[in-house]
Amino acid sequence: MEERFFEGNVRIPSGCAISGFIHRDGRVSDGGAIITSIAAMHERSNGLGGGFAGYGIYPEYKDYYALHLFYSDKVVKRECESFLEERFDIINLSKIPVRKTPKIVDEPLIWRYFVKPLPTRLAESQLDEDEFVSRCAFRINTYMKGAYVFSCGKNMGAFKAVGYPEDVGEFYRLDEYKAYSWMAHGRYPTNTPGWWGGAHPFCLLDMAVVHNGEISSYDANRRNMEMYGYKCNLQTDTEVITYIFDYLVRKQGLTLKEACAVIAAPFWHKIERMPQQERERAEYLRRNFSGLLVTGPFSVILGYKGGLLAINDRLKLRSMVVGEYKNTTYIASEECAIRAIAPVLDRLYAPEGGEAVIAEVMR
Amino acid sequence: MEIYAKGMGYLQLNEAVRACTDNRISIRGCNGQRFIACASSGRQIDVHGVAGNGAGAYMESGVLNVYGNAQDALADTMNGGEVYVFGSCGDAAAYAMRGGEVFVRGDAGYRAGVHMKEYGEHVPALVIGGRAGCFLGEYLAGGIIAVLNLQNSAQALGEEAARGMHGGRIYVRGGINVPLPDCVTARTADKEDMCVLAGYLKKFCAAFGGDAKKLAAEEFTLITPANKASKRLYAGN
Repeated sequence: MEERFFEGNVRIPSGCAISGFIHRDGRVSDGGAIITSIAAMHERSNGLGGGFAGYGIYPEYKDYYALHLFYSDKVVKRECESFLEERFDIINLSKIPVRKTPKIVDEPLIWRYFVKPLPTRLAESQLDEDEFVSRCAFRINTYMKGAYVFSCGKNMGAFKAVGYPEDVGEFYRLDEYKAYSWMAHGRYPTNTPGWWGGAHPFCLLDMAVVHNGEISSYDANRRNMEMYGYKCNLQTDTEVITYIFDYLVRKQGLTLKEACAVIAAPFWHKIERMPQQERERAEYLRRNFSGLLVTGPFSVILGYKGGLLAINDRLKLRSMVVGEYKNTTYIASEECAIRAIAPVLDRLYAPEGGEAVIAEVMR
Repeated sequence: MEIYAKGMGYLQLNEAVRACTDNRISIRGCNGQRFIACASSGRQIDVHGVAGNGAGAYMESGVLNVYGNAQDALADTMNGGEVYVFGSCGDAAAYAMRGGEVFVRGDAGYRAGVHMKEYGEHVPALVIGGRAGCFLGEYLAGGIIAVLNLQNSAQALGEEAARGMHGGRIYVRGGINVPLPDCVTARTADKEDMCVLAGYLKKFCAAFGGDAKKLAAEEFTLITPANKASKRLYAGN
């Protein structure tokens, strides 16, 4: 490796970049704006990862799980496809269309499948559809070397690669997709390798997470989640956040706000000052899910069906601002990323540490 | 000279600013370019738009006007000169500031004025027109912070204000309703205290409007370090 890339010879001005927006009136827009937004924070990334997620992008297949997969070679692709065929009705499969650019190289095979679990297999498994799909995704990611499911929700999809996010967006031709909400990430890995599977977002079913920061409690959180069958095998801390949200919301039935009160639990000295009912609730969440408290600096955007959620660590050790203009809510690491696509705003504010901001499509 | 910054990277923009020989530079269409007026001395730089992270960092002298909001790390380790932000500023403004004056018309984010310090005639000042986020003046070692809360927000300060403070003064217009750490005491500012603040209020009002005399006549709370031992250990020697 060239000496100039050695640790200590490189100035690291800051961490990753996150950005996202949602049209609360349900209107859809193409992926051009989210690329412009994340590109405004170019220097927060270092070219070792970029990614996007869009919601509402597959209206024609909205009842099918859209599996996005990376394969290292054709052998594992064949192996994985036979695994899928045994379990799913695959109604459409294709390469994910890409635009070749010299800025994105060494791409794996990138495939997309629209699937529904086979009724017989589903009945036999005694699981619901979501759990069935999630278990299949974990099985592929854990046991099939060279195959990675990086997106498996309905009517949504993640697109990620090694490169700067604006180049990743071009590569995946995001201008050809239309979504009611978009989110993006520019990566600046500090502790773990930059590889295709390690780029954000990290997805499970219809949840997608982009994250700026580092999780000091990662190992405690990982071990805790492994008890519930979640395997962390993507070599980076962020994926555990996705699994924690999935566990707390889908399996434990907490609301998103309650899940945030677990992940970024208020300090005890703050809990003490709360009115009784609120205090009891906060104490319950902190005590009952203590292994899922996420410490260390983070700003996170969580995408889910019909909404975006933004949350900072409780000390707000990473920057994040929220903007609103008419029926669109914007969230980004820096104000410039919002102004780049919405120069005029009705409101701009920085949420408090640990304060969950939720923006949803109006019903 | 005028520079149109749209589409320019921060390196290119700052290169253009440094290469310019004019004493007054106006940057238009700015959106998040970093380190504007970094280590600048003796010139006036006007920024129209959003000033990126680290605006006015290490500034030596002169004036930086931001006609818009400033992002994080405004006036980081600033040494001298004046910074006026006509909107709000992000987190960690005036971090480790050692001299000069920063005036923010709107709110300041988290961690404003952390570890500001003073020596001799170098007394840094940070005046915030709106409210301040959590950890205001953490580890404050010297200098002056004033929070005017002109919008009369229910809480002028966020939580954890003045944590580890061992020098300097924090003025807050009105009362304080967040808990303060044991290392500080809060009392109503007296006439003498207000004399120290008056000059800064005058400058604030001259830049952003308002009546400085009326403002100075209002009640302010003054936070100063309580513990003589830590004052001596960290600030007095």
